[in-house]
Amino acid sequence: MRIGHIENGIVLDHITAGNAMNIYNVLGLGKLDCAVALIKNASSPKMGTKDIIKISTNLDIDLEILGYLDPGITVNIIKDGVVTERKTLTLPERVVDVIKCKNPRCITSVERDIKHEFVLTDPVKKIYRCVYCDQRAK
Amino acid sequence: MRNLMNITDLTVEEIDELIAVAEDIIANPVKYQDACNHKLLATLFFEPPTRTRLSVESAMHRLGGSVVGFSEASSSSSAKGESLADTIKVVGGYADIIAMRHPKEGAPVVAARYAGVPVINAGDGAHNHPTQTLTDLLTIWRAKKRLNNLTVGLCGDLKFGRTVHSLVGAMARYTGIKFVFIAPEELKFPRYIIEDELDSRGIPYKEVSTMEEVMEELDVLYMTRVQKERFFNEADYIRLKDTYILTPEKLVPAKEDLTIMHPLPRVNEISTAVDDDPRAWYFRQAKNGMFIRMALILKMLEVTV
Repeated sequence: MRIGHIENGIVLDHITAGNAMNIYNVLGLGKLDCAVALIKNASSPKMGTKDIIKISTNLDIDLEILGYLDPGITVNIIKDGVVTERKTLTLPERVVDVIKCKNPRCITSVERDIKHEFVLTDPVKKIYRCVYCDQRAK
Repeated sequence: MRNLMNITDLTVEEIDELIAVAEDIIANPVKYQDACNHKLLATLFFEPPTRTRLSVESAMHRLGGSVVGFSEASSSSSAKGESLADTIKVVGGYADIIAMRHPKEGAPVVAARYAGVPVINAGDGAHNHPTQTLTDLLTIWRAKKRLNNLTVGLCGDLKFGRTVHSLVGAMARYTGIKFVFIAPEELKFPRYIIEDELDSRGIPYKEVSTMEEVMEELDVLYMTRVQKERFFNEADYIRLKDTYILTPEKLVPAKEDLTIMHPLPRVNEISTAVDDDPRAWYFRQAKNGMFIRMALILKMLEVTV
């Protein structure tokens, strides 16, 4: 299966197989007017299978959110048909309003206009905890 | 400016300093009686329990300061739908320091962001209650003159009891501590805290189901209430409830210098016949709570005497 290359835009490569749809939704790519290609289960020498998303516009992507969702992703910035920048991601120290605290006893369940914030407490196990109630993110 | 949300916000050295100040307050109360003159403490208690409020208010009065506040949410503006952030912004403009109890976990973190003055977490739901842990540490220190090389038994509801979770986290930072968890299967100490606090640091512990089998080993016995509503059925509760009641008979094999503690209020988990035993520290423990809160207020207001 072939999908044409893009002249200007972003390619999210090395997405964990099966994770592309989630990233597509969280980044709100469905709202874009430009061409967006989502490739599932592409073969990868390094990963076996992987997902890829190609976006034909230079979107300002929140790399922290992306790092939280899937830290193995490579972000390729394409200009005039060539890769001008390649970014690897790390787990962000803090994520704000990406995940919701599910603890019904947490202050976030009742306080108006409060941001849901999680901090990375164990980078090895990828554990994030709510800054208010310490509930582990799931 | 500092806030106290969790006992681990304080280093071991800072806890040692607070204990030293509390000891000096106990020895020389007159020296401290005007230390917080013209300072105002706001006690914001969004749920009714009054014991901690009385303790923290007594602490401020004994430092010569003043106190304003409320002791239930129905008498506060939150009952009219005001956000916690707005309440705190207003109170932070009035008071020099805030002590707050709230049924929602993490509410004091919100308060600390907006107050502009130091905030003390006086209990947030079943989450943290750091001034209780400071109280417990001061009590163990006063009884033993050390916080290391102790076998600490915790008995009763170890699953839901935030005071024991917090105490274990705090004591795990000292050397030579062994923990003995005495609880029914239904109320065992949470596995995740054992993994995070004990296994990761190689701290020894054992889990047993009766206090008799470990009584002679213990230096400290921390009792908690076994509540009926924690059990799935009444038969289990009735079968187990007497197992976790401390009586003079059960204390026969105990060490002469055992320290018996309880965060109070007690229902029936310590027989009143134990109260006159010199090893019973729980009422002195409550009094220590006032002294350590005095030391804490001084530290947070950066008052030196």
